[in-house]
Amino acid sequence: MKKLKYVGKNAVRIDGLAKITGAAEYTDDIEFGPKLLFVGVLESPYAHALIKNIDTSEAEKVPGVRAVISGKDFPEKFGLYLKDNSIFPIDRVRYVGEQVAAVIATTQEIADNAVKLIKVDYEPLPVLQSPLDAIKPDAVLIHPDLGSYEVVPWLYPQPGTNIAHVRKIRKGNVDKAFKEADFVLEDWYHVPHVVHAPLETHISVSLFTLDGRLTMWNSTQSPHTQRNIIAHSLKIPHKDVRVIASFVGGGFGGKAGINMEVIGAVAAMKVPGHPVKVRWTRKQEFENTSQRQELYAHIKMGVKKDGTITALEHKLYWDVGASAEYGSNVVNATGFSATGPYRIPNVSIDSYAIYTNRPPCGAYRGFGYSEFHFGLESHIDRMAKMLKMDPVEFRKKNAISRKDKVAYGVEMNPTGIQECIDKVAEAIEWGKEDKSPDPNKIRAKGFASAWKAPAMPPNESSAAFIKFSEDGSINILVSGMELGQGFMTAMAKIAAEELSLPLEKIRVELPDTDRNPYEWQTVASHVTWSCGNAVRRAAIDARNQILETVSRAYHIDKSNLYLEDGQVKSYTDSEFKLPFENFVINGIEMPDGTYRGGPIMGKGMFMPEFSSAKVNPETGQGGHPNVHYTTGAGAVEIEIDKETGRIKVLKAAEAFDAGKAINPDLVKDQIVGGFVQGLGTALWEEVKFDKNGRILNPNFTDYKIPTALDVPPVMIPIIVEVPQPDGPFGARGIAEHTMIPVMPAVANAVENALGVRIKSVPLTPEKILNALKEKEEK
Amino acid sequence: MKREINFTLNGDPVSIEVRPNEKLLDVLRDHLGVKSPKHGCGRGECGACSVLLNGKSIRSCITLAVEVDGQEIVTLEGLEKNGLTDLQKSFLKHNAFQCGFCAPGFTISATELLNNNPHPDENEIREAISGNLCRCTGYKNIVGAILDVAKKK
Ligand code: FES
Ligand code: FES
Repeated sequence: MKKLKYVGKNAVRIDGLAKITGAAEYTDDIEFGPKLLFVGVLESPYAHALIKNIDTSEAEKVPGVRAVISGKDFPEKFGLYLKDNSIFPIDRVRYVGEQVAAVIATTQEIADNAVKLIKVDYEPLPVLQSPLDAIKPDAVLIHPDLGSYEVVPWLYPQPGTNIAHVRKIRKGNVDKAFKEADFVLEDWYHVPHVVHAPLETHISVSLFTLDGRLTMWNSTQSPHTQRNIIAHSLKIPHKDVRVIASFVGGGFGGKAGINMEVIGAVAAMKVPGHPVKVRWTRKQEFENTSQRQELYAHIKMGVKKDGTITALEHKLYWDVGASAEYGSNVVNATGFSATGPYRIPNVSIDSYAIYTNRPPCGAYRGFGYSEFHFGLESHIDRMAKMLKMDPVEFRKKNAISRKDKVAYGVEMNPTGIQECIDKVAEAIEWGKEDKSPDPNKIRAKGFASAWKAPAMPPNESSAAFIKFSEDGSINILVSGMELGQGFMTAMAKIAAEELSLPLEKIRVELPDTDRNPYEWQTVASHVTWSCGNAVRRAAIDARNQILETVSRAYHIDKSNLYLEDGQVKSYTDSEFKLPFENFVINGIEMPDGTYRGGPIMGKGMFMPEFSSAKVNPETGQGGHPNVHYTTGAGAVEIEIDKETGRIKVLKAAEAFDAGKAINPDLVKDQIVGGFVQGLGTALWEEVKFDKNGRILNPNFTDYKIPTALDVPPVMIPIIVEVPQPDGPFGARGIAEHTMIPVMPAVANAVENALGVRIKSVPLTPEKILNALKEKEEK
Repeated sequence: MKREINFTLNGDPVSIEVRPNEKLLDVLRDHLGVKSPKHGCGRGECGACSVLLNGKSIRSCITLAVEVDGQEIVTLEGLEKNGLTDLQKSFLKHNAFQCGFCAPGFTISATELLNNNPHPDENEIREAISGNLCRCTGYKNIVGAILDVAKKK
């Protein structure tokens, strides 16, 4: 392979200057002028109730109110995979905080005050808050019309129940394998709801004009998907819906797909000519966007004396909340992958999406993998203890390798998992005991492995345009989103490499569905791979156009030409140097005064044509639902204060196989950031509900996310590179994965410290003190 | 009832009519076009809206605009009036931010710290920025960037 000049080298991120100077524009920073109107939203006080009547007459009379809207105006349903979500509910509310009606007014204050004058008669229904209750045959139905909803062919809602989808995997014979196993262990694990908590709350500004055009400025990971859902649900031609995405102040999956933006879209349609702003408060961000699903997992695992895992039965009961429009795919994706990164010949998985009266759940960094790895990686440690085997050794022995078959029967992609495990063990000094000088404190280490595949429809795709300008610089038009993960820098480097163009000559543009080509969504840690392939192809296309033009004008064979540092050079004539700026727009002048060439504009697209969601619903076999897996490992050293029950993480290490790190520094930054987000969920974060389904902690005082004082003083990010054959320069995604090992690694360290297994997160001081008591009583 | 207030904003005199319950953050963003302070929580919990009031960092989302009458307010726009500060250069070099939404708030807190204590150690830095939340970075590069400036001064 040719020596790489840009890919794999570190660089300052190309959006860095915009962000440190405040020049980066977020949606709320855009000026919309004096015609701007504001939206206040009436939220359901009940978690489950029939709507008997909505009276908006008093609110409509308030000076400054332009319109009041509710389900009778916009009865449409929407959804990404399963259309079970309402723009406004018609006959019933399904969670506290659900939008029941909205007021459009000249100021936010007028809108919010008028909302209080809307009268709604409710008839309360029984409230379901646990998926284990909601799955019972006699449970009240949260979606009695489940059978009538539109759904993609690879999800299987079960009308007459609260089950929105079930993904089953059957491989080998688990019953036989359990009988033949030397050790079998089964247990339950629990992971509660958590929230994304991006610093920027959801915001959407919409403008509908009488020419039939709807323009939206959204803080979003999914501009084209939002356009598609809006166009489809509101029956507006796609060409007339335009979604413009500014910089996003944190996404983490919470701004994937669509949610509150639908309110903005319909509000705008009610007041043509006026931009309409909907901006969520922090409380609304907790109550009415999407949360991470809660999981109750039951794991049964069988092993042989030599440490070989022979059987796994994994039952996953997911609380997807009141809507499964997006969360059903989390349940689906994890169903395919709930073996974790292990070679297991006999597998039975049932992954259930269960409706409850909690806020809708959806994509969250890790897409369900963090949740199931908590149980699975806890269980792995416990099995190793039964075998009296070192847990790192046990993981290495069973780790999946290239050409092993994953649970749905497809060959595993190239993986550096062994190297990841080794490097993490080395970094954390696995096996070396470390004692606290303070007798009140106990130190211990914990380990976990991880894997994750992008969860996508089989026909997801990315596209890119590269436009040259007069000075030989380029603008890359894509609709992948810079969420902070370094997307723009990665795309710039991929183009820089193919065009041999310095980074200073490259801009990557934020999405605008009118101008930028298609991207499915910036989710699944797949854009470096998918959009990266599209950008690479666009750059190759532009390069070919350049070579073609120069070859025609100078009569040099194309194979003798190459690009270097923004110039065309020749292998056969070392004097020949043609800077891009001499011709990429205006062409090359010929002796007779005519010109050859014209504006250079590359295009490229990518779709994983080998992927297929068509599987046997009873076994999960027969398709190719996932494109590839990224693997890795993580470990922590913790210190437990026996008096307070507090856990402090002293040191953390994580390694992931990025295939090829396009910008190694930014990959490491993802590892650090993801580790800390994972640490929040391991130690503190949990959405608390009262018995009526109301959130008790919808703010940063009562829902604590990590601060600069809470993070480990030593965090060691490690990159492993076993190339992904179909990735750009071998790259695959790692951004979400970095959260996955944290919860089980900390829980495993706690067991190593105290000899007590805690089977639910967060690992609060209260749980630790109880564990210490339990230990003393033993 | 609106009331006129006068204050210095990033070195320039400002005179504006505000309602008594209007927050400084909204006046800065919506009426004065100063967009670097961000709305993250509106409850004084995240630090995204931080600005300097007479050199001390405050949360503009819980500060009434009338309270700054006669005072001096500096935002990120004011700090960089004469080009990038050393702190900003260090943030850039360290890739300190990811989504960037928290960056103006951190810049205000770190500027206040370095003005009062030019050579803080790592713990003092962590303490000084502990009221600013960042969901993306894990704080590692933010702390590293400030430490770099503290060492060079
Ligand atoms: S917006 Fe002011 S502290 Fe959060
Ligand atoms: S960089 Fe995103 S919140 Fe700090």
